[in-house]
Amino acid sequence: MNSTEGMKVVFKRPSAMTDLPFPYCPGCSHGTIHRLVAEVMDELGATNKAIGITSAGCSVRNWRQFDCDMVMALHGRGPAVATGLKRVRPDAVVFTYQGDGDLAAIGTGEIVHAASRCERITVIYVNNGVFGATGGQQAPTTIIGQKTTSYPSGRDPEFSGYPLKMAEMLSLVSPRSYIARSSVHDVKNTLAAKKAIREAFLVQIRDEGFGLVEVLATCPTNWRLDPVSCMERIKSEVIPYYPLGTFSRTHKET
Amino acid sequence: MMSEKVLMRGNEAVGEGAIRAGCRYFFGYPITPQNELFEYMARRLPEVGGLFLQSESELSGINMVFGAASGGARCMTSSSGPGFTLMGEGFTSLAAAQLPAVVVCVSRSGPGLGRISSAQSDYRLATRGGGHGDYQCLVLGPGNAQELYELTYQAFELADHYRNPVIILSDAILGQMMEPVDIEVLPELDTPRKEWAVRGKGENPRKVIKLAPYTDEELIDWNLKLKEKYQQAKDKEQRHEALYTDEASVVVVAFGSTGRIAMDAVMKARQEGIPVGLFRPISLWPFPEKALRELLPGVKKFLVLEANNGQMIEDVHLTVCDHAQVVHYGVGGGHIFTPNEIYGEIVKLEQMK
Repeated sequence: MNSTEGMKVVFKRPSAMTDLPFPYCPGCSHGTIHRLVAEVMDELGATNKAIGITSAGCSVRNWRQFDCDMVMALHGRGPAVATGLKRVRPDAVVFTYQGDGDLAAIGTGEIVHAASRCERITVIYVNNGVFGATGGQQAPTTIIGQKTTSYPSGRDPEFSGYPLKMAEMLSLVSPRSYIARSSVHDVKNTLAAKKAIREAFLVQIRDEGFGLVEVLATCPTNWRLDPVSCMERIKSEVIPYYPLGTFSRTHKET
Repeated sequence: MMSEKVLMRGNEAVGEGAIRAGCRYFFGYPITPQNELFEYMARRLPEVGGLFLQSESELSGINMVFGAASGGARCMTSSSGPGFTLMGEGFTSLAAAQLPAVVVCVSRSGPGLGRISSAQSDYRLATRGGGHGDYQCLVLGPGNAQELYELTYQAFELADHYRNPVIILSDAILGQMMEPVDIEVLPELDTPRKEWAVRGKGENPRKVIKLAPYTDEELIDWNLKLKEKYQQAKDKEQRHEALYTDEASVVVVAFGSTGRIAMDAVMKARQEGIPVGLFRPISLWPFPEKALRELLPGVKKFLVLEANNGQMIEDVHLTVCDHAQVVHYGVGGGHIFTPNEIYGEIVKLEQMK
């Protein structure tokens, strides 16, 4: 019997996602995070109004994965591009998708000022503690002692600086905002991350403020760990430094 | 009907030209000597329902322009040398993504931090694109307040036509001087609808504004298309002004504010019987090579006058090759020519064997 009579679809690819295969490494969190963003856009009816802004890094080609209008931006400049675009197209739902090198290294100026202006944009900030695409160099978010190709004996903060906690920092400058940190290392946290991403889109759609979710992510290739061990590391090493939670909520959450 | 002229500072004439052409978005950062343009837009844009937003740097400003342009706006930014350098990534990405934008550079003395005196030392940076990769910006070099107004207006039309950034290369002298400007000579324009712009896909297939394609082969194709586009611009957009060059054996080549000062010297020399003319490039890219080449073989000597250490002279050399003598006079760092000084150089060159 190959008829689908009497069956109903309970799970499928979101319409905000193309059917092109993902280019990411096995065990990379980008796949999960992309899906959460696409599901939220569909559920909020935002997909047809959305304009996503890509950044440099492994997710540079995610314009191929999201089935909405997309604009490519230079490394770190997403928040500035989003500012110009949203001011011209205030009815569009403008979001950036940025890694930690993009947002916390080269783009630090742009994100701080976009947050301080409370730009009505949504920022998906993927923190995996390394520069993934270029082969595993130290990022501003690399944890103390973590070994990278830049500093093979491990991060010495007295030499190369202390890791940046962007969600906390930005909450200090953005009086109209929703800023949270989530993780996707297990089912419970993935569902909570989706809720946070939903709030970050809603705060824009309701013209209430700036939305940002920092999502802790894995990088099996550059952490040199298998995917399951990566999830364990998020729990044991990453979350103690980057606590989950909401750092700014200046509107009514749904 | 007598057209009413408005006494305007050069920097303000640029702003009014932009607004007349339908520009409704300015994103930028303060820097001397363009602050009058900045403040003019801050005042005028809200009056016409537009948006003025100060950016936290020129780097951020040019990226805001990128965003606004991708949404279909007529938008601009402006700066001087140090900020212009910061915009380098913006020029190459606007050109790559084929986005229209107008960028004004009110040059000051350099290099490095420089000072706020006038110079023409950003010619090379502007005419060679300002950033990495194979692309060009169209560059216009106004010489008076009326041209600052009209060429800025035309810049928006050119930017949309070629889907490319266009630079207005001004300088501190032009920016500060006050002259009457005829505003009414140009009709008011609205922002045209741009089918390629992003606005949310609605019921249509989605659009992607790309900085680069997905494959190596496509990128070579992109570069070929850009090459063709710039060849078209070279064929169609050369502009210049030529005075007394038909009868001349010595021609002074000068752009922008230097062109103005050179005029006085050329007139004085002609009164003394020296067969000298003035060739004033108005498009700096594409350089008006066709018209300049037509002066050969009659013109034997070119005096390239520019307030820098020798930048436009490279384009004169490329055009003239060995067919005439080409001499540079000028220096960067804030030197302002006097007509007498230039007259002296004309005489010297005319007498040189």
